[in-house]
Amino acid sequence: MNSAPSIPQVERKVLVASLILAGAMLALIAYAAIRLGISVPGCVTNVKPFEEGELIQVAPGRYEAHVVAKKWSFIPNLLKVQKGSVVDFYVTSKDIVHGLMIDGTDVNLMALPGVVNYVQARFDKPGKHQIICHEYCGTGHHDMIGTLEVTP
Amino acid sequence: MIQKNLRGIILVELLFPLVLLLFGVYHGVLQVLYRSGVIQDLEFAGINYYRGLTAHGVINAIVLTTFFAVAFGNAVISQQLKHAVSARAALAGAALMVLGTLVAAGPIFAGKADVLYTFYAPMRADPLFYIGVVLLVVGSWVSFWAWIPGYLRWRKEHPGQKTPLAAVGIFATFIIWQICTLPVAYEVLVQLVPWSLGWTSGVNVVLSRLLFWFFGHPLVYFWLLPTYVMYYTMMPRLAGGKLYSDFYGRLVFMAFIVLSSPLGLHHQFTEPAISSGYKALHAVLTFLVAVPSLVTAFTLAASLEYGARQNGGNGLFAWWGKLPHFDKERWLFPYLFLGLVIFILGGITGIVNASYSMSALVHNTSWIPAHFHLTVAGPVFLAILGMSLYLSLGLLGKKCAAPGMAVAVPYVWTLGVFIFSAGLFYSGLHGAPRRTNLGISFLDSTSNAYRPDWRIGEYVGAVGGILMGLAVLLFVYVLVRSLASARSAQLANSFALPVSEPYHDEDIRVVRNFKPWVVAGIVAILISYVPPLVQVLSANYPLVSE
Repeated sequence: MNSAPSIPQVERKVLVASLILAGAMLALIAYAAIRLGISVPGCVTNVKPFEEGELIQVAPGRYEAHVVAKKWSFIPNLLKVQKGSVVDFYVTSKDIVHGLMIDGTDVNLMALPGVVNYVQARFDKPGKHQIICHEYCGTGHHDMIGTLEVTP
Repeated sequence: MIQKNLRGIILVELLFPLVLLLFGVYHGVLQVLYRSGVIQDLEFAGINYYRGLTAHGVINAIVLTTFFAVAFGNAVISQQLKHAVSARAALAGAALMVLGTLVAAGPIFAGKADVLYTFYAPMRADPLFYIGVVLLVVGSWVSFWAWIPGYLRWRKEHPGQKTPLAAVGIFATFIIWQICTLPVAYEVLVQLVPWSLGWTSGVNVVLSRLLFWFFGHPLVYFWLLPTYVMYYTMMPRLAGGKLYSDFYGRLVFMAFIVLSSPLGLHHQFTEPAISSGYKALHAVLTFLVAVPSLVTAFTLAASLEYGARQNGGNGLFAWWGKLPHFDKERWLFPYLFLGLVIFILGGITGIVNASYSMSALVHNTSWIPAHFHLTVAGPVFLAILGMSLYLSLGLLGKKCAAPGMAVAVPYVWTLGVFIFSAGLFYSGLHGAPRRTNLGISFLDSTSNAYRPDWRIGEYVGAVGGILMGLAVLLFVYVLVRSLASARSAQLANSFALPVSEPYHDEDIRVVRNFKPWVVAGIVAILISYVPPLVQVLSANYPLVSE
């Protein structure tokens, strides 16, 4: 902006302060994403949408959870994993749009028909977590609840 | 002066949605009762929870806001640009909007459109629901188009003169609206209506969501910018002062034209089918759009301080006391000022939501409605209430019949919305989902899913929600009593919107022309949306039906 010199001092400070504030917040997010490794789900193209949900133990302490969301339950409805496990969640929907949030964890995904969503999570504390459908999916939405159990 | 031949149209555009708002607010209060478990049922008085939620969202967030933006736009453009509005086109726009609303209301209340206002394809609604929404939006386009020839004429007749800031703000609002409604019009007309009529086998869900969320965030600025017009051009005058910087007003409106659209993916952080790199790009762009709002915070604070010091205020903060917080003659002031106070929290929590890495914690929890009730149901709703009362009474030549109560309304609302949001923030952080009938599931103490830890947040939310409902009842009382009072032709003839003078009135050319900003906005959209669109289209997702 070559006309900037005619902006009075005080007003220029306002713009600078605003840019610094926004920049600082953005820097914190970049830090969280790069250094702490907190990322968001991306595009999964190597997994075809599946019909059957299952929990597969691929190695000791490693699982793949293939979860199908449908009106109004998750398949499988109970996921049991051992303490300290790392789980790869692959999530899809059989009918309409659903959500899959595992209470008390960072697992928070949308389940869309015809496409697979993915996130990885690690479970260190034994206990039960509700698996909650958090996207409106019709009259039975509030009853769409599953369980993830972390065994000792 | 507002054109005589527009007054009836503006009045209908203000009062029609306020009547519907009674249903919208009723269902809002019911929401908090269901959610807190006070009502433990699928339905209340014959209306299902999710049907009520659809009505609440459609009426409050789409119908009321669109009607108000058009009504306020008609008033501002007509007053500021010396009768630039084509009354015939404005009438056609208003008629389309009323027709569209009535057409969409049928299926909603008949239970054939329990899809919430976000459509949720492939959940199917009656075709009339989609068609009604389209007519409403097209009506708002026609109303916008009705201002353009008069504006171009005004520019020719006033060479070298700055377009009044309020008119700039209104045009920015509707330029954003025109751009962002095109993709959703495509979604509705090409994807949803033919499928709903049974002509196509299904919907490409991924594409429909990309198109919807292209619209979903600029929609927020369509709600907000008429309020910004009041903040920049009217509130300083009501405070007894001037707008601190005319340049920043213009810069902010132009910046929104560029920045309000290329960021919709921040609503889709937790979705598949879109690469995380594109999501990160949209996260960065979302932080850019926070800048004009931060600039606004500083500029408005300076304007208010200037006004308060003119009123004899001094000290570092003591001048706050010299603003007309409880002035019955200037009852419009607290509707704007308190909205601004609410927006501090609304803005900050919005930045939380947009934060790429925090989405996993808050996405689709009740944190989200807690946030947006501090924006659209904070500054936006209070400004709509205050200005609807101010404009409709002014146009009719009536006075506020209960000014003390008119002053009380925004205070009760502010208290209510803060309590409501505090409760929902709390339960959201503990995992309570939004849009869910909790009373017959998670907050039913006999259920396996019972979550006692959500109870306190939802109870607090219910107290706030009831207070908000009470504020609206008080408002309706003030409005009805004032409308029933005696009319003065002299008042009606002399009525005008209050408009502030600028304190700093720099003439900086770059903010005096919409064109470069619109071009920059389109370039920003192409950069941010072409890659994810190509990604989605080349994946050939199947057509899905319910």
